[in-house]
Amino acid sequence: MKIEILGSGCAKCRSLEANVREAVKELALDVEIVKVDDFAEIAKRGVMVTPALVVDGKVLLNGKVPKVSKIKKLLTR
Amino acid sequence: MDPILAFADWLVYGVFGYEAGTHAGDAINFFVYDVIKIFILLMSMIFLVSYIRTYITPEKARKFLGERTGIQYNLMAAMVGVVTPFCSCSSVPIFIGFVGAGVPLGVTFSFLITSPMVNEAAVAVLGGSIGWAATAVYVISGVLIGTFGGYIIGKLKLEHLVEDFVYKTFIGEGLDPETMAWQERKDWAWGETRDIVLKVWPYILIGVGVGAIFHGYAPEGIMAEYAGKENLFAVPVAVGLGVPLYSNVMGLIPIAESLIGKGLPVGTALAFLMSVTALSLPELIILKKVLKPKLIMYFVAIVTTGIIITGYIFNLIL
Repeated sequence: MKIEILGSGCAKCRSLEANVREAVKELALDVEIVKVDDFAEIAKRGVMVTPALVVDGKVLLNGKVPKVSKIKKLLTR
Repeated sequence: MDPILAFADWLVYGVFGYEAGTHAGDAINFFVYDVIKIFILLMSMIFLVSYIRTYITPEKARKFLGERTGIQYNLMAAMVGVVTPFCSCSSVPIFIGFVGAGVPLGVTFSFLITSPMVNEAAVAVLGGSIGWAATAVYVISGVLIGTFGGYIIGKLKLEHLVEDFVYKTFIGEGLDPETMAWQERKDWAWGETRDIVLKVWPYILIGVGVGAIFHGYAPEGIMAEYAGKENLFAVPVAVGLGVPLYSNVMGLIPIAESLIGKGLPVGTALAFLMSVTALSLPELIILKKVLKPKLIMYFVAIVTTGIIITGYIFNLIL
């Protein structure tokens, strides 16, 4: 499983990353977490509002920072 | 009588025992009144617009604008700019997402110009300090400068001045426009309100504080004397001063209010605030990633001219 956090370094991007890391830790998932801050790479994934969460190439979230419990649900779906 | 003003009078003159008409009394009354009014408006306005924003996403706007040209699309793009977030960190991804998917450059620029200039937080603070008539002028001018500025950029055929990768970027589908439940929209809007208020409150308090001191202690009419309507340099100088100032626009609005109170013409004050929001160094630096320097110069020149003209027009008619 590959998780990408898309964002250009705004405060919300950092809190999304923190929440995702926490969710991954609680679920004890074996995943690779990558931060994507290049605008072209963000656009390629179809995202216009950051931060966004992409799992295995699929955009699951954009423009918001959900709680850890919601991210856990998204990741286990 | 305005209940907030009644409260401020009661608190400052009654409870604190300051005398009305004294420097300190006027300054503290201005501070209490403005802070309460601005924060009430700020919270309700951000909540309302964030709620609306859950319906108008950039993805929907892009589909709606399509690949059509015509000034009506510039106008629509500028209006989309009003309801999208004002953080400059989201303007570049939206720019790539629009241009890369075929939205004409001029239409995209209408969005890009208006988006930072007109946003709900600035509107709330303007309404709470300078008043709703001047706020309406500000919003309408922001939309029109975006509409015509983008239209001109479209007519100039400057597509070659956009970095090539923008056109070569394959634009993915992104997130399926999800159907949010009412509760979810409400939670999201509340989260936005909290985030924005937590971010801007220190600037507002400092701005109202400086404005209050100026209001209470500066001589009457001092701004009219040095920067009145007959001083034709006042508008361009105000616009020039606005460019390097950026994140503190929320704090500058109450200061502008106190300057207007001492005779600064409203058109000059609005031109200053527009240049603070529309043209900022951090945004220009971010835009360099997608625009060649020449196009950034066109952008700055067109927006500056638009703001200066707006300042003169409102000094003539208001």
